[in-house]
Amino acid sequence: MASAPSPEVLRAPLVLEFPFTRSLGPVQSAFLTGLRERTVLGVKTEDGRTLVPPVEYDPVSAEEIRDLVEVGAAGTVTTWAWNHEPRRGQPLDTPFAWVLVKLDGADTSLLHALDVPGPDAVRTGMRVRIRWAAERIGAITDIACFEADDGPAGGGARPHSGEFGDPVTGIVALARLDYTYAPGRAQTAYIKALSEQKTVGERCPSCRKVYVPPRGACPTCGVATAERVEVGPRGTVTTYCIVNIKAKNLDIEVPYVYAHIALDGADLALHARIAGIPYDQVRMGLRVEPVWTEGARFPDHYRPTGEPDADYDTYKELV
Amino acid sequence: MPSAKPSVMRPVRDIAVVAFGQTDHRRSTDELSEVEMLMPVLHQVLAATGLKTSDIGFTCSGSSDYLAGRAFSFTMALDGVGAWPPISESHVEMDGAWALYEAWTKLLTGDADTALVYSYGKSSPGSVRDVLTRQLDPYYVAPLWPDSVALAALQAQALIDAGDADEPALAGVAARSRQDASANSHAQLSGSVAQGVYVVRPLRTGDCPPVGDGAAAVILAAGERARELCERPAWIRGIDHRIEAHGLGVRDLTDSPSSRLAAQRAGAFERPVDTAELHAPFTSQEVVLRKALKLGADVVVNPSGGALAANPVMAAGLIRLGEAAARIHRGESDRALAHATSGPCLQQNLIAVLEGDA
Repeated sequence: MASAPSPEVLRAPLVLEFPFTRSLGPVQSAFLTGLRERTVLGVKTEDGRTLVPPVEYDPVSAEEIRDLVEVGAAGTVTTWAWNHEPRRGQPLDTPFAWVLVKLDGADTSLLHALDVPGPDAVRTGMRVRIRWAAERIGAITDIACFEADDGPAGGGARPHSGEFGDPVTGIVALARLDYTYAPGRAQTAYIKALSEQKTVGERCPSCRKVYVPPRGACPTCGVATAERVEVGPRGTVTTYCIVNIKAKNLDIEVPYVYAHIALDGADLALHARIAGIPYDQVRMGLRVEPVWTEGARFPDHYRPTGEPDADYDTYKELV
Repeated sequence: MPSAKPSVMRPVRDIAVVAFGQTDHRRSTDELSEVEMLMPVLHQVLAATGLKTSDIGFTCSGSSDYLAGRAFSFTMALDGVGAWPPISESHVEMDGAWALYEAWTKLLTGDADTALVYSYGKSSPGSVRDVLTRQLDPYYVAPLWPDSVALAALQAQALIDAGDADEPALAGVAARSRQDASANSHAQLSGSVAQGVYVVRPLRTGDCPPVGDGAAAVILAAGERARELCERPAWIRGIDHRIEAHGLGVRDLTDSPSSRLAAQRAGAFERPVDTAELHAPFTSQEVVLRKALKLGADVVVNPSGGALAANPVMAAGLIRLGEAAARIHRGESDRALAHATSGPCLQQNLIAVLEGDA
């Protein structure tokens, strides 16, 4: 089969969600529990600075630091940026200013959102105070945002034990990222051919091996594969295993056989389920063919063709 | 606190960049998988040196699964280097500049005489502004989803407040970069580009890098091997990387002490450089770096157009090293500084000093 023009590129939405559950160190736990109780804690460093938000280790000396203090719920903007188009997940869904705020009694600044009507209402040095979220769980989002404050600068930091009832010991950090996945030239051609119930590989121009599924490059020679080659549909079981544990969301009765299959003309075995034969009769060398179901995008499984088994020498390089 | 002035670290072996290649950087490369995008660049640097993949002593790459949206995405790219039978290989989930650093240390040990370094990034499948929020502190910062432009804008406003820059000065950096990129056929954005509207004030579209896909590759060689492979090798006289605290509010955003320290240790201040390739994706970050690195008006900064002309994430830092080296290869520079950055607001910085033989 000669190389054909590339078919139109395939695209598909790909959504990644990862709800990480993270445990907290003692300083983080006190800080986030404090937010739940509308109390802002900082931590003293070895050189006497008060870090807000507080961390477990000194940013200069890397020593463990545990000396907690309470700071004010109001402070001063140290820098800002006007966000006229809030994005998903950000603290406010109306235009707002990102701000770094040095809370009264702190020596460092906390990142959050400032709810003001427009960019003309924000400037570095302005006084702001925390607007607490109505429902607080022990998370940075317990601070709903900051708002303008007309009060004077408050006092310094006061010692705090960091002890609260029912301390928060972990957070669940939800995240979602949306992608549009495009598999590229070689894999697009492979998937398109599958939709016509054909299996198409690509031949390396250097070593002449045919890769199925093709990924566009020969991993031995490091060169592009471009010559498309139709392989199969029949093939040979090169090795297999018997699956005895039922996979979640998979409606296949166990035990069943999962096998590596070298399609005729391919130099790389692909893997698929074997059916149409008792699981304990599957063997290396078994000749098989694909079984398609209506509208499927890939073979449902492979079944025996009834041909004599392939000689070991014909597929030993592919085991 | 360290008290003594940091010493310059002198490499125990002469190692040079002997070849550099990069793709044309584009907003989208849907028709190509990562390995399909990368392979022509690998072949370009191999052809430039006459090396085959089997001649390479060590291979190191940089990329990010978060850009691709797939775990272990770099393993697919390995097909492009002919990784079977197994080669001596490593990967960093960072910009390729740090892969180059690892390769440089490998060559220093004497375990290898040549190294292939590559990196690639396809920002087009996802929303890179949001993807980059996932590198932030997961407890106090990431839950607020501050995107990369917002964080750079906070830094830019701090610079403006400090009197280090104003919006016209930032626009000047943008205009100069895109004008210089007119001579760079690989650039994604070049020529006369409007400053545009605010993305996150004070940064306008012109202050921000283009979002795009691309790849780059470099070949390193040691000693005589470098002279065999390249007429005028770009010798790495020093290279170092340093990081600052992750808390944005702990740092002075108008300065880059980690860049300065890395530059000191790389020997950048021993005598002037004629060229600097700075990895400053935002105009304001060039202002910070020029100040931190004490670059005078006589230094040619980002003749390639820099990251404002093409910013394939994970490759843009390696491209700075490659562009600086290529100018030495061509005889357009004798001593160049190359910089790469990682993290928000120039959190982590790598500096290399490259020289050509007289």
